[in-house]
Amino acid sequence: MKIKNDSPALDSIDIEILQNLQEDSKQTYTAIGERIGIAHSTVYDRIRRMEKYGIIKKYTALIDVEKAGVKRIMAIMTVYTDPKESESVADALRKMPEVLEAYTSLSEELLIIAKVVAENQESLHNFIATSVAPLSGVLRIRTSMITKKFKEIPFLLMNERKK
Amino acid sequence: MKEELRSKILKTVSRDKAFYFFTSIGNYTGESASSLKEFMDKTNAVDVKSLEFHLYRGDFEKWIAEVLEDEDLAVEIGRLRSLNYSGSLLRNNLYSIVAKRYRQLIGSFSEKFR
Repeated sequence: MKIKNDSPALDSIDIEILQNLQEDSKQTYTAIGERIGIAHSTVYDRIRRMEKYGIIKKYTALIDVEKAGVKRIMAIMTVYTDPKESESVADALRKMPEVLEAYTSLSEELLIIAKVVAENQESLHNFIATSVAPLSGVLRIRTSMITKKFKEIPFLLMNERKK
Repeated sequence: MKEELRSKILKTVSRDKAFYFFTSIGNYTGESASSLKEFMDKTNAVDVKSLEFHLYRGDFEKWIAEVLEDEDLAVEIGRLRSLNYSGSLLRNNLYSIVAKRYRQLIGSFSEKFR
């Protein structure tokens, strides 16, 4: 089946299905249908359509890393870049497994904000010194270590206005 | 001193082998050095916090020994580390050690091509 690049417009039922999946993606089509008041076959069709269009990217598990016994440190790294090379810097960062998220931002200077993970402070420093600082276009870097997490949730459709 | 060793120490290294000056973990000043000459100049110019940060981590010795392959200068810098200097005293002493070594190497070069 050929799929169009343009995403289809979502109606209020699609949004409700997505909200249900974000709450618990393991629930059955029947359970979702009962909560919304539609047939499970309709839920199935709509989910399949949203998967095909890439609206639903994948089903994954939210893991409590601390409870899993994995010791890691997180940091927020701000990379000040030459505007002409910021795209290539962002592209290089995107490919690094230590970089969990990366965004460009325009304040007084063009900068890239990235969330990075490392085993400890030394490996974080080595990563930045040997993989990020040498990138062409990097002017300077500021890094803040995350010491305590107060909130972390994915963006939810809960408060999206129903169409 | 052998000619081969002098050229090795005075070489310019690629970007991925350059020395990048940080003031603390993950905080890059934007200054880097790709040769002994550039390193000497930067020790006189970068934030002194960066010199303190790298000296006491042993980063200067490591880079000079492993990348520039100058074991003698690495030992000299190691001695400086044991003196626990900071601020301008550290900067002046570090610059002096590196500049002396650089002049020695360049002097040998000049004599050869005189």
